[in-house]
Formats: sequence, C-alpha cells, structure tokens
Amino acid sequence: MWRYIGRKLAVYLLTFVVAVTINWMIPRFMPGDPVRSMLSRASISDPEALERMNSYYNEVFGLDTPLWQQYLSFWAGLFRGDLGISIMLYPEPVIDIILRSVPYTLAVLLPAIILSWIVGNRFGAFAARSKILDNTILPVGYVLTATPYMWLALLFAWAMGVVLGWFPVSGGYSYSLRPAFSGEFVWDLVMHWFLPFLSMFVVALGGWAIGMRNMIIYELEADYSNYLQALGAPRKLIRRYAFRNAMLPQITGLAVQLGTIIAGALLTEIVFNYPGLGSLILDSLTNRDFFLLQGIFLFVVVGVLIANFIIDIVYVLVDPRTRVQMTGGAA
Amino acid sequence: MTLRVKDLKVYYQTLRGDVHALDGVTFDLADGEIMGLAGESGCGKSTLGKSLIRLDSRMRHVGGSIELDGKDLPIADDDAMVPFRYHEISLIPQYAMSALNPTRKIGRMINELLRARGLRPADIAEELERRLELVGLDTDVLNRFPIELSGGMKQRVVMVMSTLLNPSLLIADEATSALDVSTQRSVAESMVEFRDRGYVKSMVFVTHDISLVYQMADTIMVMYAGRIAEKASTSTIINNPQHPYTQMLISALPEVGSTAEETRLEGIPGTPPGLLHPPTGCRFKDRCPMAFSKCNEQPPLLEIEPGHWAACWKTG
Ligand SMILES: Nc1ncnc2c1ncn2[C@@H]1O[C@H](COP(=O)(O)OP(=O)(O)OP(=O)(O)O)[C@@H](O)[C@H]1O
Ligand code: SF4
Ligand SMILES: [Mg+2]
Repeated sequence: MWRYIGRKLAVYLLTFVVAVTINWMIPRFMPGDPVRSMLSRASISDPEALERMNSYYNEVFGLDTPLWQQYLSFWAGLFRGDLGISIMLYPEPVIDIILRSVPYTLAVLLPAIILSWIVGNRFGAFAARSKILDNTILPVGYVLTATPYMWLALLFAWAMGVVLGWFPVSGGYSYSLRPAFSGEFVWDLVMHWFLPFLSMFVVALGGWAIGMRNMIIYELEADYSNYLQALGAPRKLIRRYAFRNAMLPQITGLAVQLGTIIAGALLTEIVFNYPGLGSLILDSLTNRDFFLLQGIFLFVVVGVLIANFIIDIVYVLVDPRTRVQMTGGAA
Repeated sequence: MTLRVKDLKVYYQTLRGDVHALDGVTFDLADGEIMGLAGESGCGKSTLGKSLIRLDSRMRHVGGSIELDGKDLPIADDDAMVPFRYHEISLIPQYAMSALNPTRKIGRMINELLRARGLRPADIAEELERRLELVGLDTDVLNRFPIELSGGMKQRVVMVMSTLLNPSLLIADEATSALDVSTQRSVAESMVEFRDRGYVKSMVFVTHDISLVYQMADTIMVMYAGRIAEKASTSTIINNPQHPYTQMLISALPEVGSTAEETRLEGIPGTPPGLLHPPTGCRFKDRCPMAFSKCNEQPPLLEIEPGHWAACWKTG
C-alpha cells in the first residue's frame, strides 16, 4: 500500500518536473524572442520603470549566465514561491496575483465537481431503476453533456441575470462594496458566485448521471447479479452491489474528466468575468504578460496533479481489488 | 419422486417471433438421481436449466408444469418462485468464475446473502467451514476477494455456497466446462460426494461432454431441438442407445472416457432445425438415416422398457 503510494508519488513528481521544465523552456526557446517583443510592447510610459523592468528581465533571461544556471535558479525561485514579476500589473509579483485569484476558482470548481459527481451518480442510479425516470433523465442528461460550458453559462447569464435579474452576471463582488467580513459582503460574494457555480454544476451533472446509469445497468446484468437473483436474493442487495461496483469506474472517470472540467471552469469564469484564474489567463493573454501566464499554467498543472493523486488514493481505498493486488495477496 | 416435468413449453420472445426452445419436455428425476443432460448446442439444455429456477425476461412459460417434491413450481411468477430458490432449487452457473461479487470478500458476500434470505449466518458458519474443507479449500478463502482465487477454487466456493441450504434440486449448467481436465474431474467427484452426503437430493448436470457425465451421472437425458430424444440409465445410453440421434451421438465419441476435445458432437452430418419455426413431425427426420413416411408425424416419448424413454417411431 505505502509502496504503491510512493510509486504514484514518484510518477507525479516526475510529471511535475517535466511540466515545469517545459514551462521554463517555452519562452526561452521559442523563435522570435517573445520575451523581448513582450517587453517592447508593454505599455509603460515611465522610462525609469521601463529601465528597471528591462534589467530585471535581462537578469532572468540573461545571456551572461549559462542555461543550466538559469534553469536551476528558476527552480530555486519556484521553491521560494517566486514566479517572477508581472508586466501587466508591474511590479506586482506573479505569485501574489495568482493567489488572489485562486480562491475564486476553487470556490466555483470544487463544489461544482464534487456536487455534480454525487448528485449525478444518485440520479443515474435512480434512472437505472425505473423506466419512466430513465426516459426523462437520459435525454436531459445527453442534452446537458452535449452543451458546451460557455453556451450554458451564457444562457444562464441571460436568463437568470439579464431577463429575471435574480443574480449579477459579472465580477466576483459588487464594485460599490469594499472587501470586508460583513454579512452584506459575504452575501454579495455568494450572489456573484452562484451563476458560475450553477452552470458548471449543471453541465457536469448530465455526464455523471448517464455514466452511472449505464454502469449500473451493466452491473445489474453482470454474472454475479444473475447468480444472486437465481439464489433468490432480494433486489435491494443486488442493487447495493451494483451501485458500489458502478461507482468505481465513475471515480476513474472523474480523474479522466478533470482536465475538461477545469478547462470548462476557466471558460465559465470568462463568461461571468469572474475574478479567478480563467479571467486572469484572458487578461494576461491580451496584455502579453508571459510571466503571469507561465505562473498560471504552472498552478493549473500542479492543481490537476494534486487532484489526480487524491483520486488515485481514493480509488485504492474503495476498490478492494487494487488493494489486494498491492499487498501482493493474490494467490 | 423429486422432480416431475410435464409437457413443458418455454419460448423466447423475439422480434421475429417465438423461439420454441422447449417444446413439450417431459421427464422425471428421482430422489438421489444425478442426471446428465446432453445434446448439441442450441437444443435447449440451458433453457431447461433456467426454467427450473428462474426465467429471464425474454422467456415465456407457454405450457406444461413442473412439480418438485409434490409442490407445483410457479415458474411464470418470479416473486412466487423466490421462496423455492436457494432453499429448494439451486444452481451452479456456467459462469462460476464470475459469479462472485468482485468487490466483496467471499465470506461477507455469503453472509449478506444468507441474511437477505432470512437466515442467521452464525447458525450456518460451522457447516460452511466444514464443507469448504470437504472440497479441499482452506476456510481462509472466506477472508479473500474472488480475484485472489484460482478458477477451480472459485468453482468450489460457488459449489459450496449454492448447496449450503441443502436444496432438493441442483442445476449445474456446464459447471465444469471452464476448468482443466483434472480440476473438472475433482469438481465432478465433489458433486457426487455432495449427493452421497445428502447436501443435495438430486442434480441435473448440463454438459456438451458425454464422456464427463458418464463417470458421474446415474442417468443421461439427450435433447434434440427443444425436445427429449431419449432418457435412460447411463450404461444404457452408452452401451445400448435406441434413438437414432443418441446412437449417432455416442458413435461420434472418439472413445468413451477419453477427453480429446471437440470432434465429438460434430460427427453428425447436417444441422439441427431452427426453433423459430420448427418443422412438424420428428425434428430429427432431415438428418435421420432411418427416417420413413411415419416420421412426418411427431413421435411420442414412450417408456420402451422400465426407466428407458425414447421418442422415435422405430423404437416404439
Ligand atoms: N435470449 C434468447 N433469445 C432468443 N432465442 C434464444 C435466446 N436464448 C436462447 N435462444 C435460443 O433457444 C435455443 C436453446 O438455447 P439454449 O441456450 O437453451 O441452448 P443450449 O442447449 O444450452 O446450447 P449450448 O450447449 O450452446 O449452451 C437456441 O436455439 C437459441 O438460439
Ligand atoms: S422418428 Fe423417424 S426420423 Fe425421427 S428419429 Fe425416429 S426414425 Fe428417425
Ligand atoms: Mg447452454
């Protein structure tokens, strides 16, 4: 068990190192010297600031130090939490900007992923049980999974924000308010959070429901279900087994889907102008802020890796088969 | 008399019409009898086995009756059959390799099943362990997951599990087909032993392989295209078969008792008739070397000597 976790950890670490290295390489080995053109395009009027900035980037991308030294200092900076200085918001460190946005992204992403997974699986299991439910949930589910994140987000923004006016459609909180730990501000946060969350949740829901329904039907036709039925076991027992066994591929599915979901979250943020990483990517792209972009990607990669690792561990904990194989108990 | 099947008709409903998989099957099974059920692929052996315990959703009981220990089996009524299942009738499925829930420890799964059937696992625990040991398994298998067991071990676990409540009738559908030859033999021996100890009263053993049942079965019943061709004691079927189909089946065996694969049932030229629109008269007539004009009528299943039944105009 621990050996397995150790091995997984090693694989994830390796992936991390590769991701960081690629991240480091891109601005350095890309043709056309993107860094320099980025600097020349940076709209900074103060010549003194521009001078400082230039010398800073010269230092970081300096030609006077060998590549391997640059690479090592990049890693060293990483461990100090130093991802460079933003151009867009010069001279704010990239890491500060990112850390400011991450809570917003997580606040939308985590509940959306976890709740849609749980509720979707429940619905799917329900659908597998009755014809009527199946005939309603299934088409709705298919429509939902086929819906692009962006489109549904726009639809919700239009319907519930513009037409009905229930929710604000832009920003993380009202500009008229100052961030504070007051009831009013928190309520405002929640109202702004709701639509991005809801559209993420709804799109993901359908996929899980359909997956679960199909898995359960498959499990109910599995040999062990047939055998138990022939031995007169009540439906309840057979369903319980089927549900549990159908959950396992759904956990794997979560790991597989994670990338898509996160991409969807970033798009959703852009639609709602929600101040998370997604909007930040858009901003840094329009401002050609390479350091910021690089920092965000690094963050996203690390986030995906951590999430995948957690899912891996959970899977091992719930699937006895992998556990058995790991302890080498197979006869 | 343990089991009495009378003129049983079970059809599969398909889009193209009814498949007459069992079309008037009649036989008796005595207390303590192990009956081998043989015949070409598609003749209805599995259908008969399933009809005795649980019809699947596409099967329809069209006619006839089944009586077990004097009680009528309500085979068309899934819920009414539940009390009989496991307690009175049990089965060892063909897919014994995958019959156990992969994510439950075997002991826990058995206990959950027992509890669901209204029994106290603690009352049966001792007997369960005794029987596991009897078939040569360590009681430690109860703490293992199915994946940790070999095919032969799973087969034995299923055998013990299926017979734990001492059913009157055990149906074993190709129960040993997936095993290697020596494991096949020891599982077959265990089955006979279970019968001898009274763990099961009687047994229907479905197989392609007459040479396997011949060592363990008391009687053999041969089916052809949804009907009974012949039923008699094992030695009669092997040494003195009367029905032309049985005769060809037996002579197609390379050598009784040997275990060379295949060839066996392929020795008969022609193919069995489709069961969607079965022909009238004797269903074997297209392939029968002895067919004559009378064979256009359906031959009745008659007892040509005590305990020896055959359905052929030539044997009547
Ligand atoms: N679900 C089904 N739907 C329609 N027809 C079926 C179905 N299952 C079986 N049949 C038909 O019923 C007939 C009897 O099938 P059955 O499975 O009982 O044969 P079998 O004797 O067990 O054959 P095998 O030795 O290959 O297992 C076959 O002709 C088959 O085509
Ligand atoms: S009834 Fe006729 S066709 Fe059928 S087996 Fe006997 S002889 Fe052959
Ligand atoms: Mg069969």
